Amino acid sequence: MPRSVLPLFAVAGLLAGCVTINIYFPAAAAEKAADKIIDEVWQLQKKLDVTAPAKETK
Amino acid sequence: MKTILLWLLLLASGVALAQSNLEINTPAVAQIKSAMAVRHGQLAPHYASGALGLAQDASVQLRDPNAVPLAQRAAVQAAVAAENNDRTALYREIAKANGNPSWETDIRSTFAQRWIDKAQPGWWVQTAQGAWQKK
Repeated sequence: MPRSVLPLFAVAGLLAGCVTINIYFPAAAAEKAADKIIDEVWQLQKKLDVTAPAKETK
Repeated sequence: MKTILLWLLLLASGVALAQSNLEINTPAVAQIKSAMAVRHGQLAPHYASGALGLAQDASVQLRDPNAVPLAQRAAVQAAVAAENNDRTALYREIAKANGNPSWETDIRSTFAQRWIDKAQPGWWVQTAQGAWQKK
């Protein structure tokens, strides 16, 4: 096999790796995203208003 | 050979970037989030009283209706239903925003764990076996 073919295999392998990563669920990133959203919804950063009753706006 | 190495490096850094964050800054996600933040003011006292619990399926459950004063019970029930609708929509929207609607289930179970982990002391959470436990 000519040596110049080897890098091509390497690139092909890496591309396949990229596809795999996009299909598999990024668990760590999801956890980070969940934490960020939960902090905002539960207002865990600023402790104000946590117990303030919500006004029903209708 | 040098060019190929450069390409490899570029691809690798692209992979690293794609891995580091999920897209959560969409108008749909922002809207659901702010509705949930407002509703939290209404729900928070009922987490503390034990009426509400954080379930394993990433939802909120009215585990003890009798812990809610009768006059408020219907309103709390409605708020729980609205909260769970919003939560389902949130998980779906995040999956969609990241181009993988099939991630919804994984996102839901990630959230389930994080809601429970971040629950305040005294709040009720559901164990993997389905039992309710006070934190």
